[in-house]
Amino acid sequence: MLLTDFIIFVLSLWVGFEVISKVPATLHTPLMSAANSIHGVVLAGAIVIAATAHNAVGYVLAFVAVAFAAMNVVGGYVVTGRMLKMFRRRPAPAAPAPAAQSAPAVPAAGNGKVTA
Amino acid sequence: MTGSFNTVIQLIYLLAASCFVLGLHLMNNPATARRGNQVSVAGMVAAIVATGVLVVHLGTITATGWAVIGAGILVGGGAGLYTARTVKMTAMPQLVSIFNAVGGGAAALVAIRDFMSVGSGITASHSVPTVLDVIIGSVTFSGSIIAAGKLQGLITSAPVTFPGARFVNLIVAAAAVGVGGYVVAAPSMASLGIVIAAALIFGITMVMPIGGADMPVVISLLNAFTGTAVAMAGFVIGNTGLIIAGALVGASGGILTKLMADAMNRSIGNIMLGGFGSGDSVAAIAGPAGAGVQSIAADDAAIQLAYASKVIIVPGYGLAAAQAQHEVAALADLLEARGVEVSYAIHPVAGRMPGHMNVLLAEANVPYPLLKEMDEINPEFARTDVALVIGANDVTNPAARRPGTAISGMPILDVDAAKSIIVIKRSMGHGYAGIDNELYTNPKTSMFFADAKKGLAELTASVKTLVG
Repeated sequence: MLLTDFIIFVLSLWVGFEVISKVPATLHTPLMSAANSIHGVVLAGAIVIAATAHNAVGYVLAFVAVAFAAMNVVGGYVVTGRMLKMFRRRPAPAAPAPAAQSAPAVPAAGNGKVTA
Repeated sequence: MTGSFNTVIQLIYLLAASCFVLGLHLMNNPATARRGNQVSVAGMVAAIVATGVLVVHLGTITATGWAVIGAGILVGGGAGLYTARTVKMTAMPQLVSIFNAVGGGAAALVAIRDFMSVGSGITASHSVPTVLDVIIGSVTFSGSIIAAGKLQGLITSAPVTFPGARFVNLIVAAAAVGVGGYVVAAPSMASLGIVIAAALIFGITMVMPIGGADMPVVISLLNAFTGTAVAMAGFVIGNTGLIIAGALVGASGGILTKLMADAMNRSIGNIMLGGFGSGDSVAAIAGPAGAGVQSIAADDAAIQLAYASKVIIVPGYGLAAAQAQHEVAALADLLEARGVEVSYAIHPVAGRMPGHMNVLLAEANVPYPLLKEMDEINPEFARTDVALVIGANDVTNPAARRPGTAISGMPILDVDAAKSIIVIKRSMGHGYAGIDNELYTNPKTSMFFADAKKGLAELTASVKTLVG
């Protein structure tokens, strides 16, 4: 049982190394935030200990664990999504071609509105 | 019946774990990363729902237990939602630290509660992961809170240390591990309490001596710790979902720690021993201070930029500290509209956590194809007309290429290869490493002495009035 768990643990580490080493540096903050959300799965563990609690101490510990884990998982995913939404290619109108020479400030301002 | 029920639950955990892996895999490209996050969310929902069903099936839960779960999810989830929606992108490192703290804390609590219910009859194969979970989770909890406090400016970001601090660290760590071993040999709640206390203290004493500039390493390391703690919690309660997810996060944090340590020219061993943050171990080799530095006015700098064909912007933490990312984006937009090719050279430690600068620039609407990693951009400096350095110091210092300096061997951006260099800086003050930046005395370099935000606004205004 422990051995099986350990095998799963080590193999998962390798999968993690393999997958994560391919993430570009540009996305390292969202990556860490996403990883953060994933460890929010500890909420499952917190729920399990709440299920075996039958006294005040158990309930308090379970409550704190569930609240911590829920904050972790909800906040983590929401903020990761918020960050990833900001990563955009240039919107179509303001293409990299130096076409908009007449009024340089306007496309910049328009840009800000589209993506803000 | 129970057998097949457990099989289904285990298969759902496997599905969730697959979603986590796939979600992380999709993050290898900004175009698919959002979908990756959604896949990961789907996996998480499946895992939590399966756990809820499992709890119903076990039937040991009381009504109070359900109320505790509901209240916990409401309180914690609400707090998480609120902070995630309102946090400023400059404060992301603090938020990630807080999430590390609560994740590690929750993992430790799971083991503590499990230990209480199992009692002294606990087997070694059960108590070893319990002790590890409690130690790693507690260290992460207190360490991450200190890190967040430093990042938020609630605790001084300067290294806090005292004579013999490293020795005290060692004693506290030895106490946590030693008493932890005793808990395995003779399980008792009192001993576990000592382990918890020692680990909490170690988290504090580990992070307090660390300076603000080292935070990218610390956050990554604590992220790896949290992942490991969650995996240990999985061992404790026999939940493979937690083991796999924790291992994935441990791997992610481990990789980022290594990348950050390399980018800062420090070994991970050096970090683990608490020898980081001071940066005073190597005596500064003083150059001719202030000699041969030429300054430039906004108008002249603006003309150089406006008539360049290729400009590379080199942002550092100073840019984020001055909240000038929107100003730099406005200047870049203006130059691009004139047909100048603009890109950004991002050093791995430009910011307070891995990739932080990219997020700040993305928030200022800089399109991600313009954000270039160090290895990608370095060959391009040679055919760059103007390199505009804003708030970056040590990562541009050519002294790193020579042996015998405080930053020798540190990977740097080859800014000095550009045809012309403009540095926006408030004064000739030193960077974190405390040595002179030889880039500033390079004959190709002009110093534009200004606050990053004001200086950039001035440059933008000058470009508009002079050549607009």
